[in-house]
Amino acid sequence: MKTVIIKYNAGNVQSVMYALDRIGVDYLYTDDEAEIRSADKVIFPGVGEASTAMSYLREKGLDKLIPTLTQPVLGTCVGMQLMCRFSEENNTTCMGIFDVDVKRFPATPGMKVPHMGWNNITNYKSALTENLIDDAYVYFVHSYAAPVCEYTVATCDYINPFSAMLHKDNFYAAQFHCEISGDVGQKILENFLKL
Amino acid sequence: MLTKRIIPCLDVKDGRTVKGVNFVNLRDAGDAVELGALYAAQGADELVYLDIAATVEGRSTFIDLVRRVAHTINIPFTVGGGISSIADVSALLHAGADKVSINSSAVRNPDLINELALEFGSQCIVVAIDTRYVETSEGVFEHIVHTHGGRKPTELRTIAWAKEVEDRGAGELLLTSMDTDGTKNGFALELTSLISSNANIPVIASGGAGNMEHFYDVFTAGKADAGLAASIFHFREIDIPDLKQYLQNKALPMRLTK
Repeated sequence: MKTVIIKYNAGNVQSVMYALDRIGVDYLYTDDEAEIRSADKVIFPGVGEASTAMSYLREKGLDKLIPTLTQPVLGTCVGMQLMCRFSEENNTTCMGIFDVDVKRFPATPGMKVPHMGWNNITNYKSALTENLIDDAYVYFVHSYAAPVCEYTVATCDYINPFSAMLHKDNFYAAQFHCEISGDVGQKILENFLKL
Repeated sequence: MLTKRIIPCLDVKDGRTVKGVNFVNLRDAGDAVELGALYAAQGADELVYLDIAATVEGRSTFIDLVRRVAHTINIPFTVGGGISSIADVSALLHAGADKVSINSSAVRNPDLINELALEFGSQCIVVAIDTRYVETSEGVFEHIVHTHGGRKPTELRTIAWAKEVEDRGAGELLLTSMDTDGTKNGFALELTSLISSNANIPVIASGGAGNMEHFYDVFTAGKADAGLAASIFHFREIDIPDLKQYLQNKALPMRLTK
């Protein structure tokens, strides 16, 4: 099995690589179109800011490539947001795989933004959440989120309910960081790699 | 529901934990990786590793340790000690740390916070503040930021500095009260509450934990988002699973792993 982590200016992806090491799968970290196309599984990680990330993807042509991929693709954190239609973070037009707009958490007294730490996810309906304990806790760090929509396959509640995971055809996405979400995150990654 | 976080802190010198530890079931209690893995398995929500020597010679050993920790554990961890440049942070994040904590270097050069937040994102920049309630030159008592392990007073007022570091782009505050640190009489509740209520970023409270009730107090009266402690965990005066169960029983949102 060939697993590719898409290389772009997505900040620190080291922990994603180590998580795959722990599971025991080999991976390639690349932005090469042929390598990405020929992969069995594609991971699209993300830490950072939406508009800078999108400009880089455009520069490399990755914004055109990713939506046309046919193998299972998993976007995490900002990677998930870039797979949506639009992000309020610096008013960024994204790739539009999921027809939903990413919004900033509304300012609410007593509720800090970013939403940082462990929160539970509910209402699972995904192959990625198979055999997961109910109300599993995963690790989030984000100030923007996709609302609950037709592609939502797991929800989380902070200020409002939002999409913790999305799924459409071969595209999967998680707002949280699977790679540092303990045994739960590892299970989700393993489920993705088993697809 | 977003949980309160329990964070053990490991002081490290030349790749080994320095405070004595009392885990009989560990092969090598001084092995900072093994101890971190044990805490992670017990349900610690994050870990903090502090390079207390932070010498040039020790730095490469520390980076090697960070790499081994990142390879081994599957929860977030922060590293700190002697970080004063973009290059330092880059090396630590590249080795697999999730966040870095800066302290004295932020006091010396506050612009460093802005530069790091811009370069790496606020989410991975923790600013540690060591504070002490002291009499100022004007003869009034105030919370004043200290450096050098809390020994050296600065001109900075703690509450104003906490706000400034947030405005400059810090993603989290690690507040250590040198008045309560080591006393085991509880966290500095009033100051923690004041700073956490003023902040729109999470506040990790540190210094003074002696029993489980102290954690309950810092999460309720102290309004902290996370509680950090070292020796009470290392010496098994408090077991993390018991602590989290106790807090959950008192209706605080906790991540229970067992």
